[in-house]
Amino acid sequence: MRTRRFSALAAALLTVVLAAGCSGSGSGSPENATGTAPAQSGPVKLTYWTWVPNMDKIVQKWNAANPDIQVTVSKQAGGDDAAAKFLTAAKAGNPPDLIQAEYQHLPSFVAAEAVADIAAQANQVRSEFSEGLWNLVTLGTDGVYGIPQDSGPMMLFYRADLFDKYGIEVPKTWDEYAEAARTVRKKDPKVYLGTFSSKDPGSFAGLAQQAGAQWWSISGDAWKVTVNDAATLKVAGYWGDLVREGVIDDMPYFTPEWNKALNDGTLLTWPSAVWAPGVLEANAPKAKGKWAVAPLPQWTAGENVSGFWGGSSTAVAAASPHKEQAVRFATWLNTDPEALELLVKEGAIYPAATKGQSVLTEAPGYFAQQKDFWQLANQVAATARGFTFGPNVNVTYDAFKNAFDKAVEAKSSFADAVNAMQEATVADMKKSGFQLAQ
Amino acid sequence: MTGTKRSGARVARAGAAPYLFLAPAVVLFVLFMALPIGYTIYLSLRRTQVSGLGLGRGSRREVFAGLDNYAAAIGDAELWLGWLRVLGYGALVLTVMLGLALIFALMLDTAHVRLARFSRIAIFLPYAVPGVAATLLWGFLYLPSLSPFQGLLELFDGEANLLGAGTVVYSMANVAVWGGVGFNMLVLYTTLRAVPREYYEAARIDGATELQIALRVKIPLLTPAIILTTVFSLIATVQVFTEPTALRPLTNTIGSTWSPLMKVYRDAFVAGDLYSAAATAIVIAGIALVLSFGFLRIVKNRAFGEG
Repeated sequence: MRTRRFSALAAALLTVVLAAGCSGSGSGSPENATGTAPAQSGPVKLTYWTWVPNMDKIVQKWNAANPDIQVTVSKQAGGDDAAAKFLTAAKAGNPPDLIQAEYQHLPSFVAAEAVADIAAQANQVRSEFSEGLWNLVTLGTDGVYGIPQDSGPMMLFYRADLFDKYGIEVPKTWDEYAEAARTVRKKDPKVYLGTFSSKDPGSFAGLAQQAGAQWWSISGDAWKVTVNDAATLKVAGYWGDLVREGVIDDMPYFTPEWNKALNDGTLLTWPSAVWAPGVLEANAPKAKGKWAVAPLPQWTAGENVSGFWGGSSTAVAAASPHKEQAVRFATWLNTDPEALELLVKEGAIYPAATKGQSVLTEAPGYFAQQKDFWQLANQVAATARGFTFGPNVNVTYDAFKNAFDKAVEAKSSFADAVNAMQEATVADMKKSGFQLAQ
Repeated sequence: MTGTKRSGARVARAGAAPYLFLAPAVVLFVLFMALPIGYTIYLSLRRTQVSGLGLGRGSRREVFAGLDNYAAAIGDAELWLGWLRVLGYGALVLTVMLGLALIFALMLDTAHVRLARFSRIAIFLPYAVPGVAATLLWGFLYLPSLSPFQGLLELFDGEANLLGAGTVVYSMANVAVWGGVGFNMLVLYTTLRAVPREYYEAARIDGATELQIALRVKIPLLTPAIILTTVFSLIATVQVFTEPTALRPLTNTIGSTWSPLMKVYRDAFVAGDLYSAAATAIVIAGIALVLSFGFLRIVKNRAFGEG
């Protein structure tokens, strides 16, 4: 789920205030470390930081059925700022019991010892999830650090009405996509087929995954960092060439002008994830019924692969005094059929649990004309490949924004920007003392 | 003997009372100033040491780092590039903002100006708008596809972009000026109102024009207030954070380390390295201190007639 950037910004500013508050209170965690629930009377109270819409309604169901474990939802702005806020709270010793953790943030939570290893309990529900998604919460180790909640397989969203108007076929390969981009510019110089966002490393990571990139991997007791592997350089070079040629726009996603372009038909496609309908509905209400979805264009004709943009798990804070109860709630939330149905209907997420996908029958309202929306999504999800995220994704993503901002502005090499990401990532890991493999 | 004794007792009594009165202030100062600063200094001397993959329990320790964080902060080119950007931005903001504030204050103070009350409030009002709100407001006005000025700008330059690499600093300065002129004008204006009217009468009898009164009488009298507003603005400029942070999502031209304070935020909450962020924060505080006291020292003679 993406939220609007400005609410994220407000959260960022709040984080500063919060951090200032935390440094004052010192390490005042009341009852932690051991993880065993102290003998007490009355129900166990759990707090849960999440930004899934209507989560309070879903939690009500649990609270009604479990009077001895009462969960309170604290709504977050989401994104990188929610992760920063959680890490700060964990360091200050007063984190929530449960947290929505995006897959790319989970390794940094684990490295900071902010989330608990819940393998003993969580392994019982392992079979509910696909191998690829489960790897995202184990990080390829013996531990389990969260229960997968949703995933974001990537697809190509496009303006079906305007594709007809300009006489463009839905591109099956990235070569066709580039050709279509040129055609659109020729037919109407005010219109772009797509835009490259230098503000959304998650989108770029997903596209790189599709091409087969592996930014981090674990070999023995050391990390291998290959952000600038051949697949990533290929993706970067492709978009860089199109931006320099001027056939692809360079405005960032989730900005007011991007909303405007989505609405007024000057932007025809958005390679995005399965959660895109919610964003389009909120940001481009005027174009309802005009967008359609297809699998991502492929690098090689006839291939059928995708990547992930976003997706998150439910993790338990290492400092929570009620870990056992927290895991019980997290497994219910993400594997119970009733909860999954609520997550889909009320929370508008694409569930990670395999059986949750059968709940998805009726296409989202914004895509009412595309009856096979979920069948298509399920097909794509089965072909999406992710990669292991490293312990300092934040640094890599920050480097992405800075380097690609510059590259887009100066129309300079995107490959250099990818190399800058690699250097920043390696330098940061070296500084902290991580073992690095060559 | 008795006299000495009694006076001694009085000293003791008087000795307790001031501390009692002082206590709330001291407690607040210690709790909310001294302790956080102390903790920041403590953090700045430490760092995390990861071993191996950094994933298992106990693979991450906090260790003493000595002055390493300071060495890294001072040796980081990005920080000094940030200072350079803030220097250019600050020179712009300070001169334009204080210049306008002075001109407005002088204009409002002349006897004949119409709608003085309205103008005063109109100029002051932007100060009441929170910085983030003001920046987003202006941000929407700057965005090429939304800006109402865009058509006008394109008459002069087809590629005009108020958020472009060359223009973004002016756009940012404009937000700060818009928000800050009112406050500074009010400080200067109140000082002017406190000047006895007889001075101006005397000047007029001597045949001075309004302009001459402004330049020869009012501005010299205003000097301490101008210095005060300059120091405040200087400190605020060194700490610039809100404007670039709020504009950043709208443009490709502002990096996450555009200003020194943004770098501190980036290090602490994006990279998760509180320790080097703390060291950089101390370095920034030191530079702010040197700048403001340095400025005060330079202008001391003029302002307060000392030395």
